Amino acid sequence: MSLASPLARVRGLGSAGSGTHHWWQQRLTAVALVPLGLWFILAVLGMDVTDHAVVQNWLRAPLTVVLIILLVASLLHHAQLGIQVVIEDYVDPEWQKIACIVLVKFLAVLVGLAAIVAVLLIALR
Amino acid sequence: MARIPGPLSPHLQIYRPQLTSVLSITHRATGVFLALGALLICYWLLAIAAGPVRYERLVALLDSWPGRTVLLLIALSFYFHLCNGIRHLFWDAGLGLELRTTYRSGYAVLAASIALTAATCWAACFA
Repeated sequence: MSLASPLARVRGLGSAGSGTHHWWQQRLTAVALVPLGLWFILAVLGMDVTDHAVVQNWLRAPLTVVLIILLVASLLHHAQLGIQVVIEDYVDPEWQKIACIVLVKFLAVLVGLAAIVAVLLIALR
Repeated sequence: MARIPGPLSPHLQIYRPQLTSVLSITHRATGVFLALGALLICYWLLAIAAGPVRYERLVALLDSWPGRTVLLLIALSFYFHLCNGIRHLFWDAGLGLELRTTYRSGYAVLAASIALTAATCWAACFA
């Protein structure tokens, strides 16, 4: 067995066949989630979250709408990328691995889209 | 796929747990747990859109002792994953990879995540 990889596999793509795309997306969303996550915690701590009217009013400010959509999108993208790696490491038969990854990705898109539609409904109603 | 015969790594219980390895697996565990927290944020937004009656039901659930415990664990996991994630970003930049520094930053991550969780609890209860 030769330890040298064929040049075509090494150049740009690597063993995963997708280059650094996954790795880079994970870091990019991580960096975005530092300010977005802290903003969200401070916002929730700064108001009476048990009061529906207060929370609804907060979600009607244009800046909140933009930041909460960015938070939901970055958070779910970051989460599904991370869960994908965990599945790749621990789920063994190939078809089960692929089935789990597809399920997680579909779930992330479904839940994320539902949350964003909810935010837009609150803001525009 | 055909198995390639070769040396295998010993099983996990052979290794003595170290701060670096424990923090590493904790980063993964908190990440999986926080994915559930992400679903909770989305459900929270759906409940707000669904109106005051549905929202009050969620608030009652989260304001119970089991609910508060879950929120506390989410806060602790979030701050750990945040601080340790920043530690990882420094490593990605090629900084702080010396053994002594990884231990120092590891203890700093633990201290910071406990302090931030305590501050958040204090703010949630008294501020």
